[in-house]
Amino acid sequence: MRGARIALRSALPFLVGLPVLWLLDVSLPVGYAIILMSAGVNVIMAVSLNVVNGFTGQFSIGHAGFMAVGAYTATKITMAVHGAQLFGLSPAASSQLAFPFALAAGMATAAIAGVVVGLPSLRLRGDYLAIVTLGFNEIIRVVIENTPFLGQATGISGLPRLTSVVWVGMGALFTVAMARRLGASTHGRALLAIREDEVAAEAMGVDTVSYKVRAFVIASAFAGLAGGLLVHLIQLCTPRSFTFIKSFEAVVMVVLGGMGSVTGSIVSALLLTFALEGLREAQQYRMVGYSILLIVLMLTRPTGIFGTREIWDLLPRRFRTRGPPPGSPLAGAGGGGGSA
Amino acid sequence: MTALAETAPVLEARKVTVRFGGLKALADFDLVVRPRELVGMIGPNGAGKTTAFNAVTGVYPPTAGDVILNGERVNGRRPHQICILGIARTFQNIRLFKELTALDNVRVACHHGRRAGFAAAFLLTPGFTRDEARITRRAEEHLALMGLSHRRDALARNLPYGEQRRLEIARALATGPKLLCLDEPAAGMNASEKVALMELIRKIRDELGLAVLVIEHDMRVVMGVSERLVVLDHGLTIARGTPEEVRRDPKVIEAYLGESYLEEKHIPIPAGGAQ
Repeated sequence: MRGARIALRSALPFLVGLPVLWLLDVSLPVGYAIILMSAGVNVIMAVSLNVVNGFTGQFSIGHAGFMAVGAYTATKITMAVHGAQLFGLSPAASSQLAFPFALAAGMATAAIAGVVVGLPSLRLRGDYLAIVTLGFNEIIRVVIENTPFLGQATGISGLPRLTSVVWVGMGALFTVAMARRLGASTHGRALLAIREDEVAAEAMGVDTVSYKVRAFVIASAFAGLAGGLLVHLIQLCTPRSFTFIKSFEAVVMVVLGGMGSVTGSIVSALLLTFALEGLREAQQYRMVGYSILLIVLMLTRPTGIFGTREIWDLLPRRFRTRGPPPGSPLAGAGGGGGSA
Repeated sequence: MTALAETAPVLEARKVTVRFGGLKALADFDLVVRPRELVGMIGPNGAGKTTAFNAVTGVYPPTAGDVILNGERVNGRRPHQICILGIARTFQNIRLFKELTALDNVRVACHHGRRAGFAAAFLLTPGFTRDEARITRRAEEHLALMGLSHRRDALARNLPYGEQRRLEIARALATGPKLLCLDEPAAGMNASEKVALMELIRKIRDELGLAVLVIEHDMRVVMGVSERLVVLDHGLTIARGTPEEVRRDPKVIEAYLGESYLEEKHIPIPAGGAQ
């Protein structure tokens, strides 16, 4: 009975989210669904980057590199299964069946890449991580462009559209719940302490190197998830989707929303996606727009929209519940259905 | 006192030397701190007091010599390991987690007692919930101990200066140390605040039964509260003993107190010493 209640509590955001997402999936016209899905992918990308840049105060600017690792892993698995009939199921059902495994494998390889990149660079204090992640992003791109197995610069096309509103929504819920529950736990506080003062955190018994690496690996894994979902949405896996521009987009979302604010990242990811969609004709000026946005933001509100706070911290005091206690189901449902 | 003197030391520094390039910031530093002892460390700016602290707490590994904590040699251990082994510290220039609440500042320090891992935090397991409740309770107790319960949910950066100092001590205590190292805890306070703080430190020592090592600039304050003093100057230990002995030591008078001390005046020492 007790066990069942706990299981229910930790799964609550997903149980609530699933029917809502399913309803959206069947009711939305395709055009809107695609925008919603790309917004959801961006939510996963921004919220996961926030764990490193916002919570831990490290500066990673190569998030797209990890997305690429996850995306190509998932793509290769999907393409291997494509057309096959697993357990006597139809090809379409087989692909759907293999999809979660492909995504999970993408997360795993992205996490491994996170260890490889993070372990040496996070031992050092300062801005080394920014330089290393930027380099990693470029290396990944160059490697892909020169590897026939990965389709080189043309990429791998002909992917089935496996990504649906339900998959993206559940992925976003998973990411948001991870970030919120991590943030409300003693592990999350250790990360925040590192952001605030690394020397003091270490003096208080926080193993700073290990925590920085763990945060980085978690963020990389979820970047891999975003990458996997993205390529199965646009049905094309190409290095052009994972250039520095993509990484920069993720950084802008985190900074705009507020470093360390999960709801901030969600809001800015949604805002930027919808804004870009509305300004489709002006796509080529996107980088200019981002740069101007960042400059204006840094001049007028350097902490981002929400600073380190969450959206409900800004509500009038009488509506405030003073933050959900760590054990409550709310702790995981913060901004639940962010993409829904 | 004799019974105490025979107990095994909490901390022992043997001929600890710290060199930065050609500069010997600390030379052949010896120190023994026994359980429940209150030891003061004084000396002018740049004397090596903070360096001694940093060598003991693992911030700078000693160039030579040994640091022994509860009978275990801890040279080269990282600060977080030394913290877990039982030394907690505060900082000369307050280093709180400014954007976190007072409660969270202290909860970070209760961190190493956790059992639940990342996955448990995600799954909200009963073990995790229990851990969190225990950590919160422990943090609240330490806030109460330092008289900060009313500031539980205030951001650390918004606290007045004196409360920030106390919060730093609460945070250090929450790590469950056997030895508490306070680096100029009374810096920036006036004379009566300093005395009140020293009384509080003595009370903590008595109630929690831990050893305390205090760096203090103000001779009179530290003399009133310490049982033993170590005097540093230019990285060298120039005197040690009871406050009375130190007070009369000609080397101490020359190096630190100056002539004016004899006239019961306090000469402000120019700030900006390389610490």
